[in-house]
Amino acid sequence: MPGDIVSDTLAARGVAFAYDARERLVLDDVTLSVPRGAVVGLLGPNGSGKTTMLRLLSGTLAPLRGQVMLDGAPVASIGRRELARRIAVVPQETHAAFDFSALEIVLMGRYPHLGAFELEGAGDLAIARDALAATGTSALEPRRFATLSGGEKQRVVIASALAQASDVLLLDEPTASLDLGFQLDIAMLLARLNHERGVTMVVSTHDLNLAASLCTTLVLLKGGRVIAAGPTRGVLTRDNVRALYGVDADVVDHPRAGHLTVVPLARAD
Amino acid sequence: MGFGALAAAICLLAPLVGTTHISLAHVFDRTIPFADNVDAQVFFIARLPRVLAAVLVGASFAVAGVVFQAFLRNPLASPDTLGVSTGATLGAVVVITFRIDTAILGVSAVPVASFAGSAGALGVVYLMSIARRRGTSSTVLLLAGVALSAFLGAVSRLVQVIGDYTDVFRSMRWMMGSLDVGSYTDIVVPLVPMTIALAAVAALPRVLDLVSLGEPAAESRGVDVRRAERIALVSASLLTGSAVSLGGPIPFVGIIVPHIVRLIVGADHRLVLPAAALFGGSFLVVCDLVARTAFGPAGMPVGAVTALIGGPFFLWLLFRRFR
Repeated sequence: MPGDIVSDTLAARGVAFAYDARERLVLDDVTLSVPRGAVVGLLGPNGSGKTTMLRLLSGTLAPLRGQVMLDGAPVASIGRRELARRIAVVPQETHAAFDFSALEIVLMGRYPHLGAFELEGAGDLAIARDALAATGTSALEPRRFATLSGGEKQRVVIASALAQASDVLLLDEPTASLDLGFQLDIAMLLARLNHERGVTMVVSTHDLNLAASLCTTLVLLKGGRVIAAGPTRGVLTRDNVRALYGVDADVVDHPRAGHLTVVPLARAD
Repeated sequence: MGFGALAAAICLLAPLVGTTHISLAHVFDRTIPFADNVDAQVFFIARLPRVLAAVLVGASFAVAGVVFQAFLRNPLASPDTLGVSTGATLGAVVVITFRIDTAILGVSAVPVASFAGSAGALGVVYLMSIARRRGTSSTVLLLAGVALSAFLGAVSRLVQVIGDYTDVFRSMRWMMGSLDVGSYTDIVVPLVPMTIALAAVAALPRVLDLVSLGEPAAESRGVDVRRAERIALVSASLLTGSAVSLGGPIPFVGIIVPHIVRLIVGADHRLVLPAAALFGGSFLVVCDLVARTAFGPAGMPVGAVTALIGGPFFLWLLFRRFR
């Protein structure tokens, strides 16, 4: 249906990429679509090209072949600042080289909305405070970013991305290196942002249970190629988990959680 | 604001100190004609140019240090540790030793050569920073800068050995760092590139904030990192080159001042940049004051004073951070 194309916020068509032209392709003929309001999970083993795919989707890398489209226009044709107003990125880890406060980190999200010599106004401050509130980090506002725990840092960085006021949020392994409590916090935060604010998300992760609870659609990447894609329930299967990770796992509905759960049992090989 | 007041007060008070005692009231006494007012002559002709030179050189080194630290995301980066200062020195030493010190269109060759030297050294560092994108750590980059600095320093000495005795003395004296400028004309020449570079850096504080969070973070917020990096690094080497041409390779200002300023005003570069310029200027005026008064009429090179303060400070910084 032509209508489907319009409702895709972000889409990749036959995208290929290599960091060095002489080396093998990191991504090869990847096609995926991100419908408006969806949470798309990007799954795959280490080195499968998840981070590279996110960088292509955010326009910070240009594909060797194929195209990335945002609302029907090639990302390559959209200016850098304009793009930053429409897509925000949460990297896997953020280290501040200097002693910024949490509020200062969040205010940096306003950069694409400000002129070169323009200072943040009351409006920008209100947006930043709202983003801190939405991520449950208001109390951290005056704290030094470097002194926060991993989970607190991650939520402040998500707040910074929210302050960018974009419709699309790309998150690279948002729960990696967090303990169980913080993993749950982040998962619930992302679900809430999707429901309440309608933020479209692409989340790369190794956490299959996070993917099962959060994502509406999954894209499975292996060796830079898509091996399966579609609604979570159709894609997260025993066979696909085995094909992706070489692990024999039980994929069952969890009655209390209300979503699929994956229990790894043994190496399949 | 505080830094501005400090800088203004220091500029006004520093020229009063010296072997000949003068009073500020006399200096600005309008009833005495300038030709008869000895205090005013000492103030405006003998001492003020030197103070202004110290302000400009201190501000330039400090701002260059801020820019290098933000772009390399490393608190130990500075014009000294990256070899940029040494590159500028080599350029100037070559010109002095081989007497190509002839004015071209009224512009002395020394500042041009020291800028070329700093740009050359920075070019090497920049190539290494491209290598860094393939995984080289900033520690490696700094060590490379130290090695480059040692190498260029050795080449400078080699050039001096080739030169004749009087030139060696001149360039030796200059290499130790001296703000003993003869007139306002000496200041005006490096002021031009300094102004251009400071204006370019003045547009970058937000970019420096974002880049210090990492390149991907800056890019995804709409910063053209490559372009900003070119502007920032060329400006910082322009500042270093012109500062070196005016005052010689005065060490440590570019590394101490940014850190002290960050401790006081925080990390936001919209405050850090102006504060570093003002504090850097004030700091060097005070160091120069110590240099020209504390050790008898002959004085000592200002570079020795900053090194005596800066060496221990640098070690403290190193051990505090990498404990």
